[in-house]
Amino acid sequence: MYLYDQYDQAMVDARVAEFRDQAQRRLEGKLTEDQFKPLRLMNGLYLQLHAYMLRVAIPYGTLNSRQMHALADIADKYDRGYGHFTTRQNIQYNWIKLEDAGDILADLAEVEMHAIQTSGNCIRNISSDHFAGAAADELVDPRPYAELLRQWSSFHPEFSYLPRKFKIAVIASDTDRAAMRLHDIGIQIVRNDAGELGAAFYVGGGMGRTPMIAPCIKEFVPLDRLVTYAEACLRVYNRHGRRDNKYKARIKILVHEMGAEEYTRQVDAEFEHMLSQGIEPPYAELERIRTFFEDPLFEEDASADIDRSDPDFALWVARNTHAHKAAGYVSAVISLKPVGGIPGDATSEQMRLMADLAKDYSFDEMRVMHTQNIVLPHVRLADLHALWTALEEAGLGSPNLDTIEDIIACPGLDYCSLANARSIPVAQKISERFAASGKTEALGKLKLKISGCINACGHHHAGHIGILGVDKKGVENYQLLLGGSEAEDVSLAKITGPGFDEAGIVDAVETAADVYLREREEGERFLDTYRRIGMAPFKEALYG
Amino acid sequence: MDNLSSENDTLIRYRDDEPVDHAAVTVDSFLDQSSASAVRVEPGDDARELLPHLDRLSLVEVNFPAFGDGRGYSSAQILREAGYQGELRAVGDVLVDQVAYMRRCGFDAFDPDAPLNEDDLETALSRWPEVYQSAADKRTPIWSKRHA
Repeated sequence: MYLYDQYDQAMVDARVAEFRDQAQRRLEGKLTEDQFKPLRLMNGLYLQLHAYMLRVAIPYGTLNSRQMHALADIADKYDRGYGHFTTRQNIQYNWIKLEDAGDILADLAEVEMHAIQTSGNCIRNISSDHFAGAAADELVDPRPYAELLRQWSSFHPEFSYLPRKFKIAVIASDTDRAAMRLHDIGIQIVRNDAGELGAAFYVGGGMGRTPMIAPCIKEFVPLDRLVTYAEACLRVYNRHGRRDNKYKARIKILVHEMGAEEYTRQVDAEFEHMLSQGIEPPYAELERIRTFFEDPLFEEDASADIDRSDPDFALWVARNTHAHKAAGYVSAVISLKPVGGIPGDATSEQMRLMADLAKDYSFDEMRVMHTQNIVLPHVRLADLHALWTALEEAGLGSPNLDTIEDIIACPGLDYCSLANARSIPVAQKISERFAASGKTEALGKLKLKISGCINACGHHHAGHIGILGVDKKGVENYQLLLGGSEAEDVSLAKITGPGFDEAGIVDAVETAADVYLREREEGERFLDTYRRIGMAPFKEALYG
Repeated sequence: MDNLSSENDTLIRYRDDEPVDHAAVTVDSFLDQSSASAVRVEPGDDARELLPHLDRLSLVEVNFPAFGDGRGYSSAQILREAGYQGELRAVGDVLVDQVAYMRRCGFDAFDPDAPLNEDDLETALSRWPEVYQSAADKRTPIWSKRHA
């Protein structure tokens, strides 16, 4: 994985000093809260309902055991002994004191981490495929391109006060595991007919209150022009993005209102101009970054045999591992979705265990998934049983990847000052219901996503089943949505009809699941059945 | 507008020449009259309209009515990329925590609504030992040093 040189370290250290100075001036009253707010946000510090929340960047979700240990130490030292892994592949702490923030950033800098641009109206932490560098189906490892863009976007002088937040995802596989087309810019590394690598640019996607699927505006940008093209995309957005209404300020609204064709024309004109400006790092820099992402030394004749005689282990292997490019290896997913638990939460003890297991079994590397689980990317099949045994003992062995128990949920009204309804208790009740009824297995792949307000941090538009919490005359109410997908078959979910109360929404999810079990044809996922039969049978069962 | 910048004690300049001694006009007025040599760019103005006339401009003021509106950074970059050598002055809600980025985008003068603390300003401008991007200030980016 990428390691800092003296330059990267100097930048992060400078940021720590800058933030300490800014926080001090705030405490002295030299900065108003309005002036301080964007500064603290650009260091990941939010004010929530009960305390400050600090969001720490995990670039493209990759981290090593030393970093995970540091995250565990921060949880113990400054928070309540746990952290929450997020849909941006980051981690956030929910009980932070403003006075401690500078010290936390300093602790992070010790292990080449930071909270730079994890919030605010700037280019956010760049996300990627959680199986990058491991997946059997990828063209190349997408992370060197994400790292190149990370450096370009860090402290960008022109694009730090954008109309609104800006999220970029980079993938390099036709299978989209990063919700690429639901980003402000989604980049897919592709190979053209001449055999050269390049980047396809999808611009103007997003969730939030007006979900949009990004159109492809450029099918092939040569790799030695990647930064320049991204810069052109941002400049046109900075010029024309709406500033009169924060709910219409994202680039998706601009691309939609201007039209993808006209937006692309303006980007291309800006790009032509910028080519003479010398803003593209030399290709040697991309090659330097690539050296950090070379394959670890996989064992050449690693055994492909696996003893599945223990049914619990066999189930975990079937559900929680992913095909690897190296024979005898898999990527193993540690579920942070225990039945009845809080999706994405991990205690400091669990973080330390995951770190140690990564060191023992996965070349010292972990990934955070946007679905709020942890991946050990490179595990020998021969080590899987020992890994699973250790996870089971720590309560981390839930065999529920991509099932209805593998729920994405935003923090909701338990923490968030924007929320209209709680998300976490609904997630807990649904996973308990389906685990108890035993239907989880029968339902197979079913992505359920819950947001506690229309800002859609829980990705409800992209759920096979989505739940949106709203406020109905002072009472929490939950709308049910069906038919969304964040993957390569991307689609936006549709609302079924009137909402439900907390008990009612759990029943409604089960009703929808039962329609699928009744109607499905061989090999169909819930999403496939929905797409074939449409909304009517579900409405009939829910409201008939 | 009558608050001539030469009489303004909040004005900070990083240039050796004398400040322009007349007020800046709007972009529309500037494009209508050939005599003006100072113009004020508002956030909604397109700085590219000025590019054919750079040779007769000595001062471009870029207004920041609210510090969170970042359009002025692009306006500055565009002017410098086109070769504008005259004074580029950030005016309005210009705060010490934004001046380092403004310098990077080519601003060489500041006329803030509220005076900047000199110590804080010096700290802010000397904060960053390195930069990741090529920008109008022509500082050598990290990627260039790595492959020198």
